[in-house]
Amino acid sequence: MTDPNDPNHAAVLPHLAVIGAGPAGLAATVAAASRGVRVTLLDSAAQEGGQFYRQPAAELRARRPQALHHEWRTWERLRNGLRTHVDAGAVRHLTDHHVWLVERGSEGFTVHALLGPEQEEPVEVRADAVLLATGGYEKVLPFPGWTLPGVVTAGGAQAMLKGALAVSGRTAVVAGTGPLLLPVATGLAAAGVEVAALVESADPKAFAGRTGALAAQPGKLAEGAGYAARLLRHRVKVLARHTVVEAHGTERLEAVTVAALDGDGRVRHGRERRIACDTLAVGHGMLPHTDLAGTLGCRLDGLAVYVDEEQRTDVPGVWAAGETTGIGGSALSLAEGHIAGRSAAARLRGTEPDPRAWAAAAKVRDRLRAFFAALDSVYAPPAHWTEQVTDDTVVCRCEEVTGGAVRQAVAELGAGDLRTVKLLTRAGMGWCQGRVCAPAVAGLAGCELTPSRRPFARPVPLGVLARAGEPESD
Amino acid sequence: MRSPVELADAQPGPAFTVTLDGREIEALPSQTVAAALWAAGVTSWRGTRGEGRPRGVFCGIGVCFDCLVTVNDRPNQRACLVPLHPGDAIRTQEGTGHHD
Ligand SMILES: Cc1cc2nc3c(=O)[nH]c(=O)nc-3n(C[C@H](O)[C@H](O)[C@H](O)COP(=O)(O)OP(=O)(O)OC[C@H]3O[C@@H](n4cnc5c(N)ncnc54)[C@H](O)[C@@H]3O)c2cc1C
Ligand code: FES
Repeated sequence: MTDPNDPNHAAVLPHLAVIGAGPAGLAATVAAASRGVRVTLLDSAAQEGGQFYRQPAAELRARRPQALHHEWRTWERLRNGLRTHVDAGAVRHLTDHHVWLVERGSEGFTVHALLGPEQEEPVEVRADAVLLATGGYEKVLPFPGWTLPGVVTAGGAQAMLKGALAVSGRTAVVAGTGPLLLPVATGLAAAGVEVAALVESADPKAFAGRTGALAAQPGKLAEGAGYAARLLRHRVKVLARHTVVEAHGTERLEAVTVAALDGDGRVRHGRERRIACDTLAVGHGMLPHTDLAGTLGCRLDGLAVYVDEEQRTDVPGVWAAGETTGIGGSALSLAEGHIAGRSAAARLRGTEPDPRAWAAAAKVRDRLRAFFAALDSVYAPPAHWTEQVTDDTVVCRCEEVTGGAVRQAVAELGAGDLRTVKLLTRAGMGWCQGRVCAPAVAGLAGCELTPSRRPFARPVPLGVLARAGEPESD
Repeated sequence: MRSPVELADAQPGPAFTVTLDGREIEALPSQTVAAALWAAGVTSWRGTRGEGRPRGVFCGIGVCFDCLVTVNDRPNQRACLVPLHPGDAIRTQEGTGHHD
């Protein structure tokens, strides 16, 4: 195989580095590679697929992986497209590559990655342009007992099921808010877990008032009806306008207490019920991964990477697609990835792209963005969720900072933003760099959730950092 | 009870042995530490630095670092990411995982 870092080879075709092999990155890779661009696709995972199409580890030799999935045909098309281009030498797929930094220089971009699960050995890839398709991660708001083993994020339960064919127990409660809870509940049930309840804080009646954007997506409504049928088939009890107020157990989860919410989103006391379970899969929505874009200097729009109609960021040579540019599910990520890949290919070959060529994808993108904006206004955590966070509830899981400590920093020491709370309490200073606790700290401090600027997307060994700063030896 | 392995009709190669704090448990080829421990009925393998509270998998995708564990004497490995090999020695991790 030719070395893509070889300047002779690089002179032949422009080179695009795509970071993230989920729906967005795969669609972008296939679109760009079909249009005369050489692509290096990097992902930290061992296989392509991202979150939505996460595949069982190859050695598990699953003969029926589609039983864990939706939209399998689309997946086959994407996967086969990738394979064709890899076989033809147009795409190099680098698995187990954790990208910690993308640097922009006068000669193009350098993508810095760490190899394998250990993440110690450094690798560099040079490219003429980069396309960020890093997706997102889940938001979980705290409540007493949420640190007990057996309490996992909803997506985490799904990832362990799809990727490792593993479940953490026999009886689960799925709780929180958002469209992700549906596939998680039906997925666990299909895999033999008894799903004792699906606890959703949103009010299904709220959908009625927002028929416009929702009804414009008949396919999406049918998808919802499909989930409803499956929940019924697995006899999963759905508790809408309810919330988990506490998880119980000492060494691991034994039960949860669930309460109804009133019209203002406050817990109705006196009507709580206890549900025995060994697994709680909980999530309150998703947040975009924006670290790589942040260090490149890309403008953020709220919590997501800003992009134009062509999926270009405001930094020349950097495109972004999928959930890093805003949460909207796999179909939206596919459409955005397709557009980004075509735009990048055209511009790398020195031509002005014609948006009419991707009009169909743009239409899907606009509709789905409107659809998710409408969903977002319906799916919401209980308005007064902070009232459930007692003073001894751990808020920052890494540094074990409690709700009381955060409140004290705000009320007595005058902290009014995430950074000050962090300096005063250490909340957000641990291993996860505040990814998990930031929404909770912002809620408790009554300040806005702002993207935090992390220098690197991954913890980087000191030796690697020292070497990365040295002039190149080759 | 139907299992995920049955649902996906997985036919993995033969299981092998690893140890958790010296106790033998079975793992499947390419299974992560977290998946093998879940399959063995273990859900926590770390005591927090401050309060010594038990922790295991939370995010399942390498973001939260709650699942830190010591594998073959290397502390602070993310159990949800690291695949097992025959003979690997997993140790529950207390605090920082370093003897200090
Ligand atoms: C844990 C989890 C489980 C989910 N499960 C479902 C589900 O079952 N059904 C559903 O409808 N939706 C699910 N979602 C929502 C999901 O985000 C979207 O459905 C869809 O996968 C988004 O596509 P994407 O291409 O934008 O990003 P993703 O699919 O998230 O793909 C992003 C890819 O980028 C890689 N990446 C990120 N940062 C780096 C880096 N620094 N270096 C290298 N690689 C990197 C990741 O490994 C990932 O493969 C889940 C989300 C999460 C977080
Ligand atoms: S469970 Fe979050 S990093 Fe492993």
